[in-house]
Amino acid sequence: MIGGEMLASAIRMTIPILLTALGAIHAERSGIVNIGLEGMMIVGSFWAAFGAYHYGPLAGLLFGIMAGGALALVHAAATVTFRVDHIVSGVALNIIAYGTTRFASLSIFDRATTSPHVQSLPAIDIPVLDRLPLIAPLASNVSPVVILTFALVFLTRWVLSETTFGLRLRAVGENPQAADTLGVNVFAMRYAGVIISGLFAGLAGAYLAVEHTGMYVEGMTQGKGFIALAAMIFGNWGPIGAMGASLLFGLSEALALRQVVEFIPYEFFKMLPYVLTIIVVGGIVQRSRPPAAVGTSYERGE
Amino acid sequence: MRKQRRIALMVAVLFAVGVLLSACGQADQAGGGEDKLKVGLVFDVGGRGDLSFNDMAYEGLNRAAEEFGDRIEVKYLEPTGGGENREELLRMLAEEGYDLIFGVGFLFTEHIQKVAAEFPDTHFALIDGYIADLTEDSNVVCLLFKEHEGSFLVGAAAALATETNKIGFVGGMQIPLIERFEAGYHAGAKYINPDIEVLVDYIGTTSEAFKDPFKGKELAMAQYDAGADIVYHASGASGTGVFEAAVAKDKLAIGVDADQSLTASEEQRPHILTSMLKRVDVAVYNIIAAEVKGEYKGGYHIFGLADDGVGYAVNEYNEAMIEPYKAKLEELKQKIISGEIVVPVNNAELEQFLQDLGS
Repeated sequence: MIGGEMLASAIRMTIPILLTALGAIHAERSGIVNIGLEGMMIVGSFWAAFGAYHYGPLAGLLFGIMAGGALALVHAAATVTFRVDHIVSGVALNIIAYGTTRFASLSIFDRATTSPHVQSLPAIDIPVLDRLPLIAPLASNVSPVVILTFALVFLTRWVLSETTFGLRLRAVGENPQAADTLGVNVFAMRYAGVIISGLFAGLAGAYLAVEHTGMYVEGMTQGKGFIALAAMIFGNWGPIGAMGASLLFGLSEALALRQVVEFIPYEFFKMLPYVLTIIVVGGIVQRSRPPAAVGTSYERGE
Repeated sequence: MRKQRRIALMVAVLFAVGVLLSACGQADQAGGGEDKLKVGLVFDVGGRGDLSFNDMAYEGLNRAAEEFGDRIEVKYLEPTGGGENREELLRMLAEEGYDLIFGVGFLFTEHIQKVAAEFPDTHFALIDGYIADLTEDSNVVCLLFKEHEGSFLVGAAAALATETNKIGFVGGMQIPLIERFEAGYHAGAKYINPDIEVLVDYIGTTSEAFKDPFKGKELAMAQYDAGADIVYHASGASGTGVFEAAVAKDKLAIGVDADQSLTASEEQRPHILTSMLKRVDVAVYNIIAAEVKGEYKGGYHIFGLADDGVGYAVNEYNEAMIEPYKAKLEELKQKIISGEIVVPVNNAELEQFLQDLGS
């Protein structure tokens, strides 16, 4: 039985993956691999809980977003300005994120792994839709962040394909030399791409802590930052594709939690997101086409 | 080629992250002193702030620290996220000359066994874990609880309070210890009403399951959606998610270990029917008190209903909710203490129990 409640659960599972995948698209389209997204989610979840605890849920979300962005700035500085290997910098950031949040948690809340309970934003009932029998569970009691996330999918698509900024972002990811010759500031564009990815990942972490759970718990991101990278590849570096992929991952997670089919063991569904990831990353589903210059550092020739 | 290299790197990175995340948190309390008794405690997964199991142990430690103020020095440590450095932390405390060291949680069982053998002059206390063949002269004491007895009572309370004849259970890590909560709860509910349906879910099979409120919430939501109107959790810090689900669905939940109504948020409180109390705080305090008096003994301490080691919570917030069932619960409590009801501790015993109920 796949009912509306089950889909509502799938959507809640999808949000953190989708937000982070949207962020990843910005970074990779500008040519920078951001494997530190997991770490940016971690700092996002912690600082969001901190902000929400002191100044309310909205401030919490902002704190989370800013924390993710701040960590991304470090990644941008390392990879764009100092031309550090993208993977090395990303891994380092993941470790730094883990260590600093634990340290901050101990110094601020006097506990290593959890924050006190925090308030969430008031949930929204979408008018009209929440009365329709099948869609009701999807449309009632929805976190505003869920709606924001889906809006961001289309905003991202518009920005990438319709605006000058989007064009330039894609250009530096495909061929930085050519873009540079045409007067595009490669470094600025790449900084922008990476920082935007951090803002998105920070919001994803903030959603987990403030909106879904109502507290920060160490390790609550559970590798969703990496799943998001897979979703981005699955979605062929485009926001609509990433949305489809994230929904698939969210759905399989929800299926694992709600044993819907009696004769299939739930462990199978639990395994599904990871099997899907392997299939997808392995390029079995489709030939994915990453931005041509992704993962490389750009140096201005004389 | 490059893509393949990237995939290989990604996998390597995942492993590296897992291995390298081994910072350890620690906190000191009280100043040093030469002839003070030194008490150390290492927390379990979920750590301080789980508002449940670990916080109860902390409370016991705190009470002892306050009471014996100038005679003892206490220190507590929290292991890494996955808890890989449990043994290291125990050994560190032993090497620093701590006189009494607690391992909070069954996961410490083999580590305490090992470290205790290396430091024969140090006293150890293991909560929730069982080490065979201990005597009074051993330097390890196991503090065990009859969680099934307390769970039986809250199961009965749930059966009395349910309106849908469907109740739920969300366990943390699927292990015999947590199955004891489940079996007791199930038995208590069926004892009151044989037709009641009990939905059972576990969050996971690793210790991470005790700090995953995200899944805790989703599992509880699923149970409420399936018609349950009361969900009991035995999942440490993940339980916060269960309470969140109860708020979102406007249903009831039952807390565990600590009296969780007291620590819950304003909006959660009206949704907590009661909590299954497991007085880890009393156990910790008692052992420290014995150590201070020089009366520490190895072996086993088992806390049950009879000595108020387990029970159900009544407080100013749930008083009105639980009042109608109190008489019945007290009656059941007496029956368990007198041995008239023998509460099952696992699924095999539960089946036998249910058969006997039917006949």
